Amino acid sequence: MSTETTEVQSEVKEPKKVSEPLLSKRRKQILSDPLNEDNPITVQVLGICSALAVTVKLQPTLIMSIAVIFVIVFSNLIISLMRNLIPTRVRIIVQLAVIASLVTIVSEVLKAYSYPMYKVLGAFVGLIITNCIVMGRLEAFAMGNKPYDSLLDGFGSGFGYAWIILTVAFFRELLGSGSIFNFKVFEELGIAYQANSMMVDSVGAFIILGILIWVQRYVTGYVEN
Amino acid sequence: MKFLQDIFEKQKPHFEKGGKWEKYYYIFEAHYTLLFAPKDVTSKKGVQIRDAVDMKRMMMTVIIALLPTLIFGIWNVGHQHFLATGQEAATILDKFAIGAYAVLPIVIVSYATGLGIEFTFATIRRHPVNEGFLVSGMLIPLIMPATIPLWQVALATAFAVIIGKEVFGGTGMNILNVALTARAFLYFAYPGDISGDNVWTYFGDSLIGMSDPVQAFSGATPLAMAAADGISSFSNFWLSDAYTFQNMFLGVIPGSIGETSTLMALIGAAILIITGVGSWRIILSVFGGAFLMGYLFNFIYDINYTGQLGTGVKVAFLVGTIILFIVNQKFIKGELKAIIGVLAGMLIFTAVMLFSGAASEFMKVPAQFHLVMGGMAFGAVYMATDPVTASHTFQGKWIYGIMIGALTVLIRVFNPAYPEGIMLAILLMNVFAPLIDIYVVKANKKRRLSRATV
Repeated sequence: MSTETTEVQSEVKEPKKVSEPLLSKRRKQILSDPLNEDNPITVQVLGICSALAVTVKLQPTLIMSIAVIFVIVFSNLIISLMRNLIPTRVRIIVQLAVIASLVTIVSEVLKAYSYPMYKVLGAFVGLIITNCIVMGRLEAFAMGNKPYDSLLDGFGSGFGYAWIILTVAFFRELLGSGSIFNFKVFEELGIAYQANSMMVDSVGAFIILGILIWVQRYVTGYVEN
Repeated sequence: MKFLQDIFEKQKPHFEKGGKWEKYYYIFEAHYTLLFAPKDVTSKKGVQIRDAVDMKRMMMTVIIALLPTLIFGIWNVGHQHFLATGQEAATILDKFAIGAYAVLPIVIVSYATGLGIEFTFATIRRHPVNEGFLVSGMLIPLIMPATIPLWQVALATAFAVIIGKEVFGGTGMNILNVALTARAFLYFAYPGDISGDNVWTYFGDSLIGMSDPVQAFSGATPLAMAAADGISSFSNFWLSDAYTFQNMFLGVIPGSIGETSTLMALIGAAILIITGVGSWRIILSVFGGAFLMGYLFNFIYDINYTGQLGTGVKVAFLVGTIILFIVNQKFIKGELKAIIGVLAGMLIFTAVMLFSGAASEFMKVPAQFHLVMGGMAFGAVYMATDPVTASHTFQGKWIYGIMIGALTVLIRVFNPAYPEGIMLAILLMNVFAPLIDIYVVKANKKRRLSRATV
């Protein structure tokens, strides 16, 4: 009884809305959820194609992660800023235009500053436009949330994507080529290592991804509903 | 045996609830029930009848059926070794000794790895240890070459048990045959050691002071040779009469440890069929499908190459096949319908081949050679009949078997990268088996509903 009244009183006392702290509990959750509990790759099962295609070596995977984080963060921000101006009927094409512009920027920067990497990644960077994670976040989050929240969501999803593909790439490069960032680990240790050619195939990515999903669901106790 | 049972009974309280080794109950139970049938009896409720032939007894039957291939395999490894090193005068005991020296470590590694993983999972998940690995652990070494590095055996076994089985929930839940998963893993991960174009004759190692192979020893399996330029090149092998039909039937040829001998596989098939453990439908239909496909390829080759029969034959063939298909759809019922349905599919494929004018040297290989070359018989008898991954319905078993046989020959003839097709064919049909069952059951329901009079 008494608590109820105090609550009402406090509400009455402070009619002015206090601005939410920069990293409130809710915002922290927006940032951290996609890293584990609601991971875009392992839980939502989006963006699988690029996780299979670019993860043979760590270096291109790292570049790819940075590119996706860049695109997802800024497209989230831009769409969120103009979310009230976009007519619902043409929203997909607007989202695509924003993503495509950002992807073009990434692609041009890559071409200018790291041409060898561009040759390896060119097609896949272009295909970020069709990456379901980016589109999914714009549709599901940025269209209905404020810019700052969207920015955080972009970072969360981007890093959620990044750590998974980096883990996959780590195992694929280690087992498939016996190296990490092109550093021949086993040779340096003086161990004769016979490369596992399945890990160089995309089959290897499927297996590692599957094991990751298995371990993650075991740890978090995730059940499909 | 009474004293052994007493020992177990004495230990039992320690493992039951409240005992000091309660955590390891299922490991205890696994050993106990392996030796003695559990005391479970048919309960008063329910209509199920429990008899003594439980899963463990069934699995042991398969192991017994595998013994001929294992023993022959051990001898053959030794025999091939002495042939290749030019010591043909070696006694049978020598051959067995060398063979055992090469083969037994593989068997031990396979069982140790697999059972270790099984027991770990059973303890963590608190479920009874599954019996499936008793057979898989024996099958894995038999489909490995004698020269395989032991770490690869361990890796493949671990992969097969964890990814092929435990991920899906353990024995009885797996989609793919566990032993074939192990081999497929090595096949794609370390193709240099196992892909099957070169022979794996055991030359021995420095430990027992083995000699080098004889001059002019050329390593190629019959399958690889046939793929290169048909069966005619068999006589060019360094031992000119090595690859005769008789030798390939008996299995006195190089190859994986247990799979060379069609005869031993047939003895195993007899044991499986008499005891009712293996399905004769699958065994028969795999052989039948492979023979028919081989025969159809001979037919295609004859017409497309020699050209003695013209367009008339092709058209007649196509029309006849389509009539057969329609008749099958309309009038034929039961298991026969499944058989004729798949056969009609194969014939239509043949008709397409005839019109497209396709021909390769491998097509010349006489159909009966397909049955004895490579791992055909072994796969048909021990792999395709795996009750977990095969089709469960009678009609489905025919479709499943014929498709395996036909696909095996198809892969052999048309895929230059994979000399042997039975492994990939069985794995592929493993995936399709549930689908076949669904459609068989659906058709069954439809037929029975149409008879219903209410």
